[in-house]
Amino acid sequence: MTDWLSPEEWTAVRLSLKVALVATSASLLPGIAMAYALERGRFWGRQALDVLVHLPLVLPPVVVGYALLLGFGRRGPMGSLLAEQFGVVLSFRWTGAALACAIMGFPLLVRAIRLSLETVDRKLEDAAGTLGAHPAWVFFVVTLPLILPGIIAGMVLSFAKAMGEFGATITFVSNIPGETQTIPSAIYTFTQVPGGEGGALRLAFVSVAISIAALWMSEWMARRVRRRFLA
Amino acid sequence: MDGTARQTEVPRLMILDVDLRHRQGAFTLDARFQSEGRLTALFGPSGSGKTTLVNAIGGLLRPTQGRICVKERVLVDTRQGIFVPKHRRRIGYVFQEARLFPHLNVRQNLHFGRWFTPKRERVADFHAVTELLGIAHLLDRWPSTLSGGEKQRVAIGRALLSDPQLLLMDEPLASLDEERKAEIYPYIDRLRDEGDVPMVLVSHSVPEIARLATSIVVLNDGRVTASGLASDILRHPRFFPQAGLVEAGALVEARVLRHEEAYGLTVLQAAAGTLTVSRLNLPVGAPVRMRLRARDIILSLAPPEGISALNVLPGTVVAIEEVEGSGVDVTLACGSDSIVASVTRKSMERLGIKVGLPVQAIVKSVAFDRDALGTVHAKNM
Repeated sequence: MTDWLSPEEWTAVRLSLKVALVATSASLLPGIAMAYALERGRFWGRQALDVLVHLPLVLPPVVVGYALLLGFGRRGPMGSLLAEQFGVVLSFRWTGAALACAIMGFPLLVRAIRLSLETVDRKLEDAAGTLGAHPAWVFFVVTLPLILPGIIAGMVLSFAKAMGEFGATITFVSNIPGETQTIPSAIYTFTQVPGGEGGALRLAFVSVAISIAALWMSEWMARRVRRRFLA
Repeated sequence: MDGTARQTEVPRLMILDVDLRHRQGAFTLDARFQSEGRLTALFGPSGSGKTTLVNAIGGLLRPTQGRICVKERVLVDTRQGIFVPKHRRRIGYVFQEARLFPHLNVRQNLHFGRWFTPKRERVADFHAVTELLGIAHLLDRWPSTLSGGEKQRVAIGRALLSDPQLLLMDEPLASLDEERKAEIYPYIDRLRDEGDVPMVLVSHSVPEIARLATSIVVLNDGRVTASGLASDILRHPRFFPQAGLVEAGALVEARVLRHEEAYGLTVLQAAAGTLTVSRLNLPVGAPVRMRLRARDIILSLAPPEGISALNVLPGTVVAIEEVEGSGVDVTLACGSDSIVASVTRKSMERLGIKVGLPVQAIVKSVAFDRDALGTVHAKNM
């Protein structure tokens, strides 16, 4: 069943899925916190933070990758700290690819959550308060369930972005088969060698299939949530 | 019960003690009142500051300055820097729109407040409340499938089940049509008479507060223009400039004395005397609360003869108050009831009405608390 993809191609697919899943789940909590801070927070530097979060959306991905290399590379300030204190090395590892994907997908995740946070009726939160719920509880039992569709949408966007991320990843962690060679890097490699068209085409199909599956799943989940609200 | 017997009773708990100032743009709320009523109505036209006031009591708003006590517990005192946050106030709030949580079903909505109430303080009985409000059959429904009236009843139940010390209701019936309102009034009656949570009701409808309130606070342009017992306040048309002479009047408690089946009439006994009205579907002895509207009272110096009105109450003029325009409000003592008549200044001078003069009040029609929205006309045939 597995012979229609070569072992190298399978490795790229598995690695891509792993990188995308790790990137998406690791950015979920920071994403919700950031969306909440940007939407509800009233603090100094909120606008600057907003711009910073959205930068990966408008910067050339290569620039983001290069910035990561400078910061999280072995000799970078963050990279050397992580390596010395925790023994965590990101550059030229799959974990680094996950970091690059997480950062590239982060603005998409934050935007989706923020949009649905904007539509939450604050009056419902007030009502919960008068019923005795501490603000933290209000967030968990009222706000969070109400923004669930936005969270799902944001996660799908972030996952899709991670599956397709190329520029930042290849700049930061290069294109090492089995370690950092995700589907896009593998397709790129295939197109650079004679006779690689078949592999490129097969991986492109896989890529399309995964994207459609992710979209379909998010639609299904969002519909389930909506059905409860508007039954 | 006479006066001396009352004095030996334990002093009643002051339910609401408010003295606050709040600035919001160009609007200033400057409110000071006390109430010990089971149902205190905050009455006033829109923009008079009613909602701002209940929001301050409920903790949704931090007043610029002042003090709020509920059942003698200080919730806000800006001078001492006290501000109890809303989730620690134990004040239930029923909003104009029901504000049910759309992601929770009716049962979960009702239980919501309970999750945050310490176990030993959970007194309200779930079954009693759902029965009282007639929502026991809705428990498994989702809020989006409920009618407006059902939503409001669930919202009232949700607030009650959080075991509040006080229940605020901000025009909970404003968005409902008359039929739906009539469906909810009896439940509020029962809560007032059988429940043990004092209520504050925001309203701009005179019939509504005449039906429901035991105490009234009148707000106008951010200021309290009158406050006191419902029966005292409703007597004075001048407190209700926007409803004007049309709706204000005396609140009189009476009992069904007898029915005159042959004529299709019911005779009521009030302290002021007897009143004959169209047949009421109530047993003999049942209490009724009615309003004698100031514009429905005609004054006469002598007991009238040769007129068709059946309802004539003898009384004595105790006060004459000038009102805007050409009219005056004449307050009469009729037994222990007092009623108010709106007459023109010209009539007053022609009849020589002055304090201490005995007069006859001819009652043209009576509005009933039981169905304060419709007026039952006193018989005059």
